Amino acid sequence: MADLYALRSKNRLYYVLLAIAGLVVLAGLYAVHMMESHGHIITGMNNQIVWGLPHVFAIFLIVAASGVLNVASIGSVFGKAIYKARAPLASLLSIAMLAGGLTVLMLDLGRPDRIIVAATNFNLTSVFAWNVVLYSGMFSLVIIYLWTMMERRMNPWNKTAGLAVFAWRFILTTGTGLIFAFLTARQAYGSAILPPMFIVLSFAWGLAVFHVVQTVIYAWNEKTLDADILRRKKNLLGVFIIGSLYMVTIYHMTNLYFAHKSAFENFILRDGGVFPDMFWWGYIVIGNLLPLLLIYVPGLGKAKCVMAASLLVVLGALSLLYVFIIGGQAFPLDIFPGFEVKSTFGDGQIASYHPSIYEFLLGIGGLAIAFVITTVGVRVLDFMPHDKPYVAD
Amino acid sequence: MSDHDTQRRQFLKTSLGAAAVAIAPGMLLFDTAHGKTEADSSKVRWGMLIDTAQCKTGCNDCVTACNKENGLSGGTLPTDSQWMRKIDIKDISSGRETSLPMMCQHCEEPPCVDVCPTGASFKRADGIVLVDRHRCIGCRYCMMACPYKARSFVHEPLHDQKPDVPRGKGTVESCTLCVHRVDKGQQPACAQACPNKAILFGNLNDANSEIAQKLRSVASVQIRADMQLNPGIRYQGL
Repeated sequence: MADLYALRSKNRLYYVLLAIAGLVVLAGLYAVHMMESHGHIITGMNNQIVWGLPHVFAIFLIVAASGVLNVASIGSVFGKAIYKARAPLASLLSIAMLAGGLTVLMLDLGRPDRIIVAATNFNLTSVFAWNVVLYSGMFSLVIIYLWTMMERRMNPWNKTAGLAVFAWRFILTTGTGLIFAFLTARQAYGSAILPPMFIVLSFAWGLAVFHVVQTVIYAWNEKTLDADILRRKKNLLGVFIIGSLYMVTIYHMTNLYFAHKSAFENFILRDGGVFPDMFWWGYIVIGNLLPLLLIYVPGLGKAKCVMAASLLVVLGALSLLYVFIIGGQAFPLDIFPGFEVKSTFGDGQIASYHPSIYEFLLGIGGLAIAFVITTVGVRVLDFMPHDKPYVAD
Repeated sequence: MSDHDTQRRQFLKTSLGAAAVAIAPGMLLFDTAHGKTEADSSKVRWGMLIDTAQCKTGCNDCVTACNKENGLSGGTLPTDSQWMRKIDIKDISSGRETSLPMMCQHCEEPPCVDVCPTGASFKRADGIVLVDRHRCIGCRYCMMACPYKARSFVHEPLHDQKPDVPRGKGTVESCTLCVHRVDKGQQPACAQACPNKAILFGNLNDANSEIAQKLRSVASVQIRADMQLNPGIRYQGL
């Protein structure tokens, strides 16, 4: 009877969690309603900081949605059994985060009611328009990929679908990086290193999210992840963190080397107040060094350490995106190189940005959408990884 | 020919006639409303030559005229639309100070048009870069891409708009080179308002126009010429 009681209270807890997430989604929709009726004046965004907190959340979700599929690709494309067992969960997470991220991006538009215009008018030179195709294509492909895994008769197509998803997500994250890489006039952006940087970042962020969700699912079902599997996944996460740290370092080093970008680098890395703080403490220490310690220091690296490391990687990701997106716009655009400038429109001045509660609610609403899709998906379909007795492959 | 056929022909003739009568006044009105259509042709490239030596620090007449003409509030909060602004610049090495108006530079290769997902940002055949307010979804990518920070996003609901200058909350806007005036054969409001005649407006493609002749005789620069966007607005004395 005690078991039944425990089961019932767990069931109740499930619905409570779902209801809380539902309320967060509703709060996000309320924020959208407010932004729709009052305009973006109620956000902290302005004519200098045109993309704000919603974009930080949205880009995190979209980049992580692509990266989480790495788990599936290692299974389907490279044939590793322990990853293959996790491909369905990875695909579900990808769909969930893509849905959350795209919802935030769409609802932050000045005219979200005109989304049909975006769907029917394509400017072929616009990387935004390409991304509309890339995101919707990704959605459909991952659904097909899931179908080939979960429907036995479709199994023969699994490898093909896996390959297609593998290729598509590389192109998709390239597209996300290109949004910034094509902004040639801005000191912070306009660099060919951004698409590969986003791809490597996506690996680390996606795996971190995957690990958090997997740990929660195992705990919920009172199961323990095989120690060997945990070791392999934690080492992979470590490698991805080192890889992303490398890419971010190269991005800043190249900028530092260019004389015309050194003022921007001094701002973002040293003098820019909240931005260097978030970069060094938020991204480098919390998002990289601490996770690496938790993973690699002898005696650490247990399940709880890896879970903590994964959560820290997510926090670091949000810090990095805040610095990259908002810090990148806060630094004044250099319209007159070699001149001191001033005007009524913020020329030559560091732009200020104070995110409002509405932007925060919209961003968190996106996370909640991803949470709802994942929890409902895991509840109604079989996304639990089924490991065969472990064989090193 | 059967009686039936004759009736049908008669019916078709009458319908066509009725349709023509119904459409004709509309077509005429449409033509009238559009004014001169020859302005929008690739034979013309509208541009400006701004003589910074004649532009006085502290004088804001062009900006005021722009705001009045286009129904802008004239506010200078970070969320207010500023289609045109005065920038005071100081050469760091020599200390020489200059003042100049800055607005959409009406590039031949406009980055805003390249990045716009829906094609709302577009360039007319005569070189004027505009935003189609019915197509703009308010993504602000063009604002990120513009090297001159020439665009503003409408952050609040608008009231009392000018009939010639449609605007809308949630869309992006910028200097239209007073396209509604130019199409009527007039000068942009800023050029007309400048007390020192520092802004010379005209057709860059017409070798005999005043602006083309002056561009041949004086040294002028394009701002951020390194980006090779070939803006239609040129500056003299920088």
